[in-house]
Amino acid sequence: MKIHEFQAKEILRKFEVPVPGGRICREPEEAGRLVGQLGGRGVVKAQIYAGGRGKAGGVAVVSGKEEAEAAFRRICGMTLVSPQTGPEGRLVRKVLVEEALPIKSEYYLSLLVDRARARLSILASAAGGMDIEEVAATQPEKIVTVSLDPIIGFSGYLGRQLAFGLDLAPNLQRPFIDLVGKLVKAFLALDASLIEINPLVLTEDERWIAADAKLTFDDNALFRHQDLAGLADQDEADPLEWEAKRHGLNYIRLDGNIGAMVNGAGLAMATMDLIKQAGAEPANFLDVGGGASKEMIGQGFKIILSDSRVKAILVNIFGGILRCDVLAQGIVEASREMELGVPLIIRLSGTNEAQGREILAGSGLAFQVAKNMAEAAGLVAAQVGGGK
Amino acid sequence: MSILVDKNTKVVVQGFTGREGTFHAEQMLVYGTRVVAGVTPGKGGRQHLGLPVFNRVADAVAGTGANVSCIFVPPPFAADAIVEAAEAGLKLIVCITEGIPVLDMVKVKPYLDSKGVVLIGPNCPGLISPGKTKVGIMPGPIHQEGSIGLISRSGTLTYEVVDQLTKAGLGQSTCIGIGGDPIIGSSFIDILARFKDDPGTTGVVLIGEIGGSAEEEAAEYIQANFNKPVLAFIAGLTAPPGKRMGHAGAIISGGKGKAVDKIASLEAAGITVSKDIGRLGQLAREVFS
Repeated sequence: MKIHEFQAKEILRKFEVPVPGGRICREPEEAGRLVGQLGGRGVVKAQIYAGGRGKAGGVAVVSGKEEAEAAFRRICGMTLVSPQTGPEGRLVRKVLVEEALPIKSEYYLSLLVDRARARLSILASAAGGMDIEEVAATQPEKIVTVSLDPIIGFSGYLGRQLAFGLDLAPNLQRPFIDLVGKLVKAFLALDASLIEINPLVLTEDERWIAADAKLTFDDNALFRHQDLAGLADQDEADPLEWEAKRHGLNYIRLDGNIGAMVNGAGLAMATMDLIKQAGAEPANFLDVGGGASKEMIGQGFKIILSDSRVKAILVNIFGGILRCDVLAQGIVEASREMELGVPLIIRLSGTNEAQGREILAGSGLAFQVAKNMAEAAGLVAAQVGGGK
Repeated sequence: MSILVDKNTKVVVQGFTGREGTFHAEQMLVYGTRVVAGVTPGKGGRQHLGLPVFNRVADAVAGTGANVSCIFVPPPFAADAIVEAAEAGLKLIVCITEGIPVLDMVKVKPYLDSKGVVLIGPNCPGLISPGKTKVGIMPGPIHQEGSIGLISRSGTLTYEVVDQLTKAGLGQSTCIGIGGDPIIGSSFIDILARFKDDPGTTGVVLIGEIGGSAEEEAAEYIQANFNKPVLAFIAGLTAPPGKRMGHAGAIISGGKGKAVDKIASLEAAGITVSKDIGRLGQLAREVFS
């Protein structure tokens, strides 16, 4: 689960991680007054989940009340288009106003669950403020990485390894290591999956401050962090994805016009790939899960059909726990309750396949039933003028 | 032959009396698996499905000689269930549970390694040696006894592939779902090493997906160490970056974990990669003939 930068900073502040002074402002005058209180210089920052805000014009360094107000007016309500937002961009609904830091130099620091090592790893680089993926690709020697043994935790030598790796002056090492220790504590306490500080600023007067903060939580651990679950911003989610999640469905919206409903994530991905190979484009990823009920099938149809671009639907189910007869019953009931209005191609295989097919055939509804995945993809692509 | 499980496998089911545990224990019994006991803390001493229920895994092992655990315990308690099974002396643990916090697995994995315990999963369908035993949730009847090994990060996609293999006349020695989470007990390489030493396995199908670098590592291993034919399939060619595709582990992040890169690595290692899931069975016949 993602949260906003301002929320991440509020949380990190509780773990005594130094962050710039500031807060969310609701109107230009408030932004102007706050910059006055912060000493006359400030930063006005768009709050959206996607990165790349600076280059897209969503961040402004301002001097004085008038500049602060003008920047707020420009940024609040603008549609930010960055490489991470997609071409349609993101509407800016929240604006953070902070003190402007006297920057001496900028570093990069992140903590993440490192799958290859099966450990928590810490990455640091003196090439802060830059796109770290580019640094990793072009100058990997500029990134220092350490990983934590889960029993030992953040041992002192790991901190020293990072500090020496960054070539920090002796007086800067201790406060830097303390800061990393606080971030490790936060990471473990919050069940985070990523904490990224980019840039980590070293100020002119040699203080370390997290000028930006990205904090992502492990969805699987939210059950033990009820207080965090409420931080998700519905405005930042796709409305259909949000609705699907409420019903326990795993739905991701894509750009095509073939709606797909599949059980299991791997099979759903493979089905999307096959639709594309057949010459059409999937409109979504939808995994109804291994044990979907009739009600969930109905909800799945509702969500797929809420996307007006959908011109045909492919249902691909491999019955295991989810039996084909239960699925067929769910499809028949859903199609009677709501007007599908688009062609439906169904492919069933596995447990109780024959009974499932009988139910579909006996329903009197105009489904096309495919023998296998290849035929199903061909049939659905033909409905939208694709197909090979 | 088969790997990890066979006719001598005696299964204890943790989370036995719950809905999932009950349903799948029944299905395993129908398949012929020797399920010998169940564990549900607080329900010890009862009978369920005609089998004894124990409070503790250690009691189940002592009382029935169970040598493999199959776990259906809900996510908040699943890591604890894995550790309990390991402490009871079991050397093979199959964890079906989906949704275990990743930091729980960060702690559990090195602990299991230190004890020499093999964990399959979590978030997996389990494993089956067709005609011998099934420890998991896959539909039994689609499988057929034979000599092809199968390793997969997925569930239903595995069933699809098995179904095609069986229809193509290619039976299986053992099929293993290693799980869709970022941190899992056994990797592709761990399982490949076992198939390498199994005279009953003549070829392997490897099913991967976006996220992480397990397929790339498997490609390197196969090129250097594995001399049986391998057919691979990677799901998620059309998956957009930054979106988690159902499985906690299936996400393209920071430009890493893309299907095209995985396919390129596998092909560079001389492995045949199916680009068309609809015709994988046909291709398998060519690769394994």
